[in-house]
Amino acid sequence: MSTNPVVKAFAYLLVHTPDFVRYGSKPHRETGIDPDLHRQIASHLRSFEEAVAYPPNQVFLGNLHPEDLAAIPEPWWKHPVKQAKANGAYGDFVDQEAFYGFLKAADLFDLVYLTPKFTQIVSNRLKQHHLSIPQDLEKLGTGKELDKIEHAIEEQASLPLYHMGELVGSFQRHHEEDASLQAHVLMENLMTKASGAIAVRSLLRRAGYTPDDADYLISCSEEAVGDRYNRGGGNMAKAVGEMCQMRFATGSDTKAFCAGPIYALVHGASLVKAGVFENLVVLGGGCLSKLGMKLSGHLKHDMPILEDVLGGIAFLITPDDGQSPVIRLDSVGKHNIGDGSNQQDIMKSLVVNPLERVGLALSKVDKISTELHNPEITVPQGSGNVPLNNYKLMAALAVMRGEISRDDISRFIEERGMPGFSPTQGHIPAAVPYLGHAAEAMEQGKLNTALFVAKGSLFLGRMSQLSDGMSFLLERNPGLSYEKKA
Amino acid sequence: MDAENQTTIMRIADEYGAENVLVFLGAGDVEGVEISAETLVVGDPSFAGPLAGVQLGLQVYHILEPSLKQYIPGDLYEEKLGIFELVIDGQQIEQSLSKLREQANN
Repeated sequence: MSTNPVVKAFAYLLVHTPDFVRYGSKPHRETGIDPDLHRQIASHLRSFEEAVAYPPNQVFLGNLHPEDLAAIPEPWWKHPVKQAKANGAYGDFVDQEAFYGFLKAADLFDLVYLTPKFTQIVSNRLKQHHLSIPQDLEKLGTGKELDKIEHAIEEQASLPLYHMGELVGSFQRHHEEDASLQAHVLMENLMTKASGAIAVRSLLRRAGYTPDDADYLISCSEEAVGDRYNRGGGNMAKAVGEMCQMRFATGSDTKAFCAGPIYALVHGASLVKAGVFENLVVLGGGCLSKLGMKLSGHLKHDMPILEDVLGGIAFLITPDDGQSPVIRLDSVGKHNIGDGSNQQDIMKSLVVNPLERVGLALSKVDKISTELHNPEITVPQGSGNVPLNNYKLMAALAVMRGEISRDDISRFIEERGMPGFSPTQGHIPAAVPYLGHAAEAMEQGKLNTALFVAKGSLFLGRMSQLSDGMSFLLERNPGLSYEKKA
Repeated sequence: MDAENQTTIMRIADEYGAENVLVFLGAGDVEGVEISAETLVVGDPSFAGPLAGVQLGLQVYHILEPSLKQYIPGDLYEEKLGIFELVIDGQQIEQSLSKLREQANN
């Protein structure tokens, strides 16, 4: 039996937030310059049903597999999945109305005002939602009168909140001069908290756990919680654990730009292997600032604004249970400070070196998951097909190492790669959207090894020009009977 | 091309004169290269960045255009660009950018 920790359970989440697209970083700035953009955004938003039926979203939630997506003709938004379900095999698609309920339930500082009428609506929705708890309903209150909401927007720099284009509330700042506690920043943080908590509740259900069973949380979400004296001070993890009633757990955050989830999984698995914690949750909530990030490309091509969803991820790491997929801690790949920053050096550090250490050739690993940004979102803006470009580089590396011939590049990409299907939520696409698919395929005996690779762009924070990234190999649990193998 | 890169290139063109600036692109997909090149020649086609409506008319190349290879030291090319040459179609990009350069010159 392996001594490495396992990913015992996983959960994925999508939240449809069309009326928050205006508060994504790009649209928020652009509409400040050109107010007419609001009209264009409104006419290119999708309904919940359209977002659910969008093929990449169905893959993210596990109702389809990446290989199914490769067989669906592009553009995918013109080929909706028939009878698509919001309840995914790996998690849920939450609509905006229900999400407003979770958002208010996450609010412990009276940041969110909702009208009495809308409060009643979301209260009814939460009562029926399988991921809500009685404490959520207690936090909803009875709502704020519309005149109070309008006053807050006009006089106190509150931001209007809309549902289906109608004013339903406002989001308050919490300090007049503190840039870290302005309404827009707090909105970003609270949306991460609410979506992260829904993902963790879903994870606990899927694992058959109660909230009391987990002992540590690591959040790899992309936000910066804190006030003017400690911007980015953090502990989103603990805030999420509190919303999930996890009385016997504590937590902390692990940040590493878009590679955050891989770092968090490696840190978490190491703590479990060391025996410090036994039931550790790695979570990532959604990122408001990424909504509508590539909207100018979408508007130019007269296609729907596809960045209208928040993503969420959650993984449960435990000691080896003899069944679940194993995180090979002896395979961890890292990009050292002294390593070069060209793509070839990065790929060597993150792909070749870790595989060599465990005796696997690049051309022998069953699947490789990289940043799985949905290309239909990025290509129209001129940002390229991120996963395909990464797979091409890995294939070229295999050619240079003499493992495959140049003619085999396409086959290498087809067999070991996959199309991008993740919303472009920064940390969310970081290879881990495939983890659920890999776990299922390993359980069914269809897959033995999968490498998870993610890179981060440190220059974005203006503190370092270095490249970054981390990787690990996930392996079918040796404890599983090989009779099950297909 | 993102707004930040547009701002940087606009500043350089302003400082040194557009006729003295050559731009070398490195992106792997033809469509992305075309959009970036168009932005630097006739202005930002998405009208989202600072080059919206600004015709810099810069000379734009891609680092993997086969006719440029002779100007780069062989060992440096192999170290920095060899891997990309295997998977990026420099020839197709050269054809596409040649057309754009011709248009810019006329």
